[in-house]
Amino acid sequence: MRFMLMTTDNGSADQKQDESMFVEMGKFIEEMSKAGVLLATGGLEPGGTRIVSSGGKVTVTDGPFAEAKETVVGFALIEVRSREEAIELSKRFWAIVGDGEGVIQQVFGPGDPVPGN
Amino acid sequence: MHASIDAVWRLEAARIIAGLARMVHDIGLAEELAQDALVAALEQWPESGVPDNPGAWLMAVGKRRAIDRLRRRQRLEHRLEEIGRDLETRPAPEPDVPDDDHIEDDVLRLVFTACHPVLSTQARVALTLRMLGGLTTGEIARAFLTSESTVAQRIVRAKRTLTDAGVPFEVPEGPDRAARLSSVLEVIYLIFNEGYTATAGSDWVRTDLCQDALRLGRILAELAPGEPEVHGLVALMEIQASRTRARIGPSGEPVPLPEQDRGLWDRLLIHRGFAALLRAKALGEPLGPYVLQAAIAASHAQARTAEDTDWTQIASLYEVLASVAPSPVVDLNRAVAVGRAHGPARGLELVDTLVDEPSLRGYHLLPSVRGDLLARLGRTAEARAEFERAAELTHNEPERRALLDRAAALG
Repeated sequence: MRFMLMTTDNGSADQKQDESMFVEMGKFIEEMSKAGVLLATGGLEPGGTRIVSSGGKVTVTDGPFAEAKETVVGFALIEVRSREEAIELSKRFWAIVGDGEGVIQQVFGPGDPVPGN
Repeated sequence: MHASIDAVWRLEAARIIAGLARMVHDIGLAEELAQDALVAALEQWPESGVPDNPGAWLMAVGKRRAIDRLRRRQRLEHRLEEIGRDLETRPAPEPDVPDDDHIEDDVLRLVFTACHPVLSTQARVALTLRMLGGLTTGEIARAFLTSESTVAQRIVRAKRTLTDAGVPFEVPEGPDRAARLSSVLEVIYLIFNEGYTATAGSDWVRTDLCQDALRLGRILAELAPGEPEVHGLVALMEIQASRTRARIGPSGEPVPLPEQDRGLWDRLLIHRGFAALLRAKALGEPLGPYVLQAAIAASHAQARTAEDTDWTQIASLYEVLASVAPSPVVDLNRAVAVGRAHGPARGLELVDTLVDEPSLRGYHLLPSVRGDLLARLGRTAEARAEFERAAELTHNEPERRALLDRAAALG
């Protein structure tokens, strides 16, 4: 089963991002690779470009955006045997990062039934 | 709670067993001690909650049990000495305490020990899934469609065999290493293939088993990054796994590679497979059998449509493979590639040299390939007979139906 672990940012909290955290994070990523579970990971630019499609019209707006809206700032795509395993890995991640919020969602991969079938 | 303990176990089992094996020099005993620690967790965590560092907790409990065990043995040996009936005085081994810095070396030792050639292939598979994959005997039994007691017995016997043979807990070096490594790779690929083309049963593919094998391969690639064949095997499995969704039809029947909807291939796994293949090739020549098979799989993955397949390249890769790792199955695959690259007559020539091959007797793919080549040559009646024979030989239900359909389609 594949899961996307995402960290979100609603713009309110001061994310502490000191050097030691990056070192710890590097170690964690290495550990996930060594456990054979990490498929891909990355950080996302804050803000980004927003795109809205409405009534056949597509509107593109570049950030930064005034209103604080929850956005994804980082992700890890993992392949594990159960949701609990994804949760366990996520706990280890937050033990390093400290306060914050995230979301865990299953990604339907090659072995999973297509949703709706 | 039970499910989160399972999750911790799956992530930590190999490291804990490996660390304890370093202390007690016996992977069977190490596994029992680790199981004791797991039982303690199942008793205590529902009350106390999962500790912050569950792996360290389990390891600490395991270590304590190991030290108890070693002390008891020391006392026993001491007593035996006193009675004067001591037949074999062995100084109790100094407990070599596992630590984080060496744990990966210990896990690699565990891999090589669990896949030791002194064990039967089945035993190696069971031990590997149990100790490195963290699977329960029940899960292994379900994966291989056998009973839990059979698997449990197999594991008990395997542990005893390792102890009796005095198999040391170490990573082999020197001339032994290559053969021992191929024993490890064989086990992982066998697990993968059991999932990829289930040899028996009603499902043609068991994805969980493929993913277990892939995970073991990815772990091994990090533990032994200097071994090109490890990356070759990982590349091969990643690329084969990328086709999972495309190779099963709506009613569970297998869809052959040329007919697969390539849009269903998983690009991420293909990309990972290419990356692993590059890692393998960067380590230099000569190319081993897994690297070559991965190169063949990569060549298929690069073709946008079945018609774009570079069969000439694939046929020549098979030719190299046949010289590096000669086997009738490789020859059969080579015949398929040659049949595509240089025409069915040339392919049939090669297949016909294999029809008396004893190891292919009863192998359904031989008549299936021969049937395909004959059909393309317009020799319909012979082709139909071959497909029917192939259908008789396969033990896999969906595949049998697919073969009978091909026979029927020939009119």
